[in-house]
Amino acid sequence: MTHIRSRREALRLLFLISPSLFWLIVFFFVPLLLVFAISFGERGTYGGVRWVLNLENYRRFFDPLYLRIFGRTLYIAAATTIICLLVGYPLAYFIATRPPRWRNAFLLLLMIPFWTNFLVRTYAWLLILRDKGLINTFWTGSLHMGLLQLSRLLPLPIWEPLLRATANPLTLFGTDGAIIIGLVYGWLPDMVLPCYAAIERFDFSLVEAAQDLYANRRQSFLRVILPMTMSGVVAGSVLVFIPSLGAYVTPDLLGGAKSIMIGNVIYSQFMAARDYPFGSAVSFVLMAVMLAGTLIYFRTGRE
Amino acid sequence: MRSNKRQAGKVQKRRRGRWLNRLLSLHGVLGYIFLYAPIVILVIFSFNASRFVSDWRGFTLQWYTRLFGNQAIGAALRNSLIVAGASTLISTVFGTMVALAMERYRFRGKMAFDALLYLPIIIPDISMAVMLLLFFVLAHWNLGLITIIISHVAFNISFVAVVVRARLAYFDISLEEAAQDLYANEWQTFRRVTLPLIMPGILGGALLAFTLSIDDFVITFFTAGPGSTTLPLRIYSMVKLGVTPEINALSSMMLLASMGLVFLSLMLQKGGKGGMDIV
Repeated sequence: MTHIRSRREALRLLFLISPSLFWLIVFFFVPLLLVFAISFGERGTYGGVRWVLNLENYRRFFDPLYLRIFGRTLYIAAATTIICLLVGYPLAYFIATRPPRWRNAFLLLLMIPFWTNFLVRTYAWLLILRDKGLINTFWTGSLHMGLLQLSRLLPLPIWEPLLRATANPLTLFGTDGAIIIGLVYGWLPDMVLPCYAAIERFDFSLVEAAQDLYANRRQSFLRVILPMTMSGVVAGSVLVFIPSLGAYVTPDLLGGAKSIMIGNVIYSQFMAARDYPFGSAVSFVLMAVMLAGTLIYFRTGRE
Repeated sequence: MRSNKRQAGKVQKRRRGRWLNRLLSLHGVLGYIFLYAPIVILVIFSFNASRFVSDWRGFTLQWYTRLFGNQAIGAALRNSLIVAGASTLISTVFGTMVALAMERYRFRGKMAFDALLYLPIIIPDISMAVMLLLFFVLAHWNLGLITIIISHVAFNISFVAVVVRARLAYFDISLEEAAQDLYANEWQTFRRVTLPLIMPGILGGALLAFTLSIDDFVITFFTAGPGSTTLPLRIYSMVKLGVTPEINALSSMMLLASMGLVFLSLMLQKGGKGGMDIV
């Protein structure tokens, strides 16, 4: 690291940072301030912005309607994070404990879905979950027919409720569950990769040491392995929780008309209602929550 | 007697260990099935002769031939490549420059600039999309390819900078000093020593920027205008109109393209360690 001493070095530094500085200030920082300023404004008669200073938009956010949506968004993001952790940590542990040459193959297999377009991956679940989707085609098709034939062969009362259940498609599409599945699918690699990095760095002779000191398996996991790999768990959780909170595509495609999240509220304020000030306020609340989460992450990271 | 008991305990422990190991392997297999089943289903049904996606009626390539004849998709692909190409080029140059500055110099306001550099990575897509839309609307700019490129550069600079900085952190500064001892001037040192050594990082950053740009939906959706539809935007509007095997065919092609990108990134990774740390 060089301190700036000469004029020459100052000029070189200026040359290196000024393009990015310009871009980030004009196309990031100014828009950020703009959203902040507009969030205190009012919707104009024709959808524009009237520049006044009030807290009406933030007060409106605390309407039961929006609070409920915010609560559901938090619930969906938290459920997604917990499921990703429960599925992703053992998966990372599995990969990290394979022989080295297998490890790279498993990691490669993880990268392919990770680099695939998010929209495409969400669409794949739409194929599976919708009313005429793969699960329901099987449910009301083959399964129903099979049961029908069985009931003719063996006329028993147990077929009756099963036949009635398979007569109609299951409600999968448009539920919170569908959104959570889509989000878990979308962000699972973001959980596995940091957990893997932490577990791979872990020195397994420490487990032997713990067991020499009469720790059983559960104790050596909870007291040694888990605390030592906590950095990966925290990093993965932040990487999953933050984008889940701001999700727009997944609830839009898999959530149907009823299930909306905060991202959809922002979208409709900007694209349908043309209420820029309220949309800005909601977007700002979302950013604040996100920044708080990230700060917690950096705090724990330092420890 | 006692040692016998201990022996028995150990055997039991080992048995439980083996059982746990099997459970872990089963979880691994199921985990990968979960990751791949939807993709495989998507690809299989892109060859389905039936117009109704989940009803198998035999093998056909008609959706792929129809795809190649579809002009709207061709235009969307062209737009996507223009946006990804331009934004990758700009953000790779700017991002590399800023990475060099941040790793080499100490200056006033560096902490604040660091924060500004990281914010576009942290901020949710939808918030950034809204910010940029408002900015362009209030500045009376016409939305189109230019505004999409500007927006993509705004988030890609940060990603490129992070990847290149990771590479620079491994950089041995004495190599530059050695070059200068051998009477290389500053430009020669940069061109012949620094640049080749950080090249895997720069290429890794460029590849990440390209992928993020070509895959982006939310920010593009808000900053696009009439006639600047990109591939993800096209897929979205097709899905909204109804699920068809043609979308499956298009999705399968994109899947193939991303597999190509993964292998490319692996090859870059072999070129030097540390370049792709972020992904």
